[in-house]
Amino acid sequence: MKILIQQIITGISIGSVYALIASGYALVYSLLDFSNWAHGEVCMLGAYVCFMATTVNNMPYWLSCVLGIGGAAVISFLNEKIAYRKIRNNGSPNMFLMIAAMGLSTTYQNLANVIWGSKFKQLPKIFSVGTINFDGIYIGTTDMLCLGLSAVALVILLLIINKSKFGLHVRAVACSSRTAGLLGVKIDRVIAVVFMLAGALAGLAGIMYGMKYNIYPTMGNVGLKAFIASVIGGLGSVPGAIAGAVLLGLIETVVSGYISSGLRDLISFCLLILILLVRPSGLFGVDVQEKA
Amino acid sequence: MLNSFQEGVLIICCVNMIAVLGMSVLTGFTRLFSFGNAGFMSIGAYAAAICSVEYHMPFVVSILIGAAAAGAVSYVLGSLTIRLRGDYFLISCLGFGECVRVLFNYTKNITGGANGYSNIPYKTTGIVAVICTVLAFIIAWNFIHSRYGQALSAIRENELAAAANGINVVRYKKMSFVFSAIYAGWAGGLYAHYLRFITPTLFNLGKSSELVITTVLGGLGSLTGSVLGTIIVQILPEIFRSMSEYRMLFYGIAVVLMILLRPDGLYGYREFSLKRLIARITNPGKSKTAKEQK
Repeated sequence: MKILIQQIITGISIGSVYALIASGYALVYSLLDFSNWAHGEVCMLGAYVCFMATTVNNMPYWLSCVLGIGGAAVISFLNEKIAYRKIRNNGSPNMFLMIAAMGLSTTYQNLANVIWGSKFKQLPKIFSVGTINFDGIYIGTTDMLCLGLSAVALVILLLIINKSKFGLHVRAVACSSRTAGLLGVKIDRVIAVVFMLAGALAGLAGIMYGMKYNIYPTMGNVGLKAFIASVIGGLGSVPGAIAGAVLLGLIETVVSGYISSGLRDLISFCLLILILLVRPSGLFGVDVQEKA
Repeated sequence: MLNSFQEGVLIICCVNMIAVLGMSVLTGFTRLFSFGNAGFMSIGAYAAAICSVEYHMPFVVSILIGAAAAGAVSYVLGSLTIRLRGDYFLISCLGFGECVRVLFNYTKNITGGANGYSNIPYKTTGIVAVICTVLAFIIAWNFIHSRYGQALSAIRENELAAAANGINVVRYKKMSFVFSAIYAGWAGGLYAHYLRFITPTLFNLGKSSELVITTVLGGLGSLTGSVLGTIIVQILPEIFRSMSEYRMLFYGIAVVLMILLRPDGLYGYREFSLKRLIARITNPGKSKTAKEQK
């Protein structure tokens, strides 16, 4: 029983890292109706920026983390500014945005490979590696930190989306960008800020993933897991993405704990297909006909 | 005529071309993206290899069984997922491709697991590969220009209008999905009989995205574009062998630039035509006006 609780907490912790990335997918999808495949690579680049910053002398660790998050936000913003905006203005179908994102993803992955090499790198941990003992239940300090930080970041995100004036603009553009534009919402600015927000969350996720495991050029593939999570939750829904991510994290840990870690991905992918068969738009998605 | 290195490049190029042609029929003509075609390739490769090694079947039969196995699996998968829209379909294909890889890694006593499946007879020579590719191209060309292909183009242009005109959208989409899977299985079978040794990681997500990238570079909706795209993607890196580290980097940049500057791909909707090429060379102004009229 205690082991199960331990597994569940670890699962929620890894799920919360997925949730940070998945909410970025959901935000971008809700505005632009495309899956930003380069998002996982933004996460990877954020982790590398943080890693570079830690190698500078006398740089406090919190500052390098902030730099990593900021770097990811800037990269995400540049993606939008240089690539996506131009494609939108070309009047091309949404599919082209996805292909461009795919291209960017390949580019960044191999760029990182060229610059930093394919060797695994380790971010220093904030706390010494250890576990906290709650009445016989052992939980890693890094897990706790991930869980805490992600929860704070996600709550702030939800507050921004649901309470602030900017959030109102985001929801208006998500509902109908044309109408929102007519009513005086600066669509391009909203989209740019959302990309920065999503990038910052991805950067945070990358740093935590790097602390928990390692950083390497293909770690952006964690974005794939997050993408699955956001599909499970329903594309374009931030609460759905968070729920899907936590669910996915839980399933992964429980499967690798009790069945086999080799079958972990198999089972999560089968679950994904099953969920899509029962609810074709995900758990929280709204069934909308795809725009022609 | 060719040394063994050149023949190898030719075979790899042909094998990929078959898979890309299948992809082109699916993505170029129905706008469904499949990131699972490497999964179908691996089904074809393993089925064909097992038939050859365990049951000593003739090469042609093995390949046919491989392609048929991929087609059958895609029929089942397509029946389940083809109704999903856009990104949901994409992710279910991606999930399927990864499932196949993990499964083949796991079933050690049949597929050899991560250690790979070896001792496959070497049957895919350069001649065989070229004949298969030409055959694949002719079949795909005829398929696209038959009434089925017309229906697929109609679905691409406007699904709702196509359905209103009595085209069974789900059936045609499924048909093109199975078509692409059969091609992928075919390519996989040839690949196995060329390499003589296959592992599940040969057919990972990277392979699927390579197929998609090639199709996009060649132009969505153009079979000749796909042929050209494959030649570029497969042969250029062999010429610039010393820069292999940068190969995928250039692909990525090329895709982004292509989408930004020439969104229709190398050929776009059009097929390569000798007549138009001659017309363009002899009279550059005329072909431009023809384009504007279009």
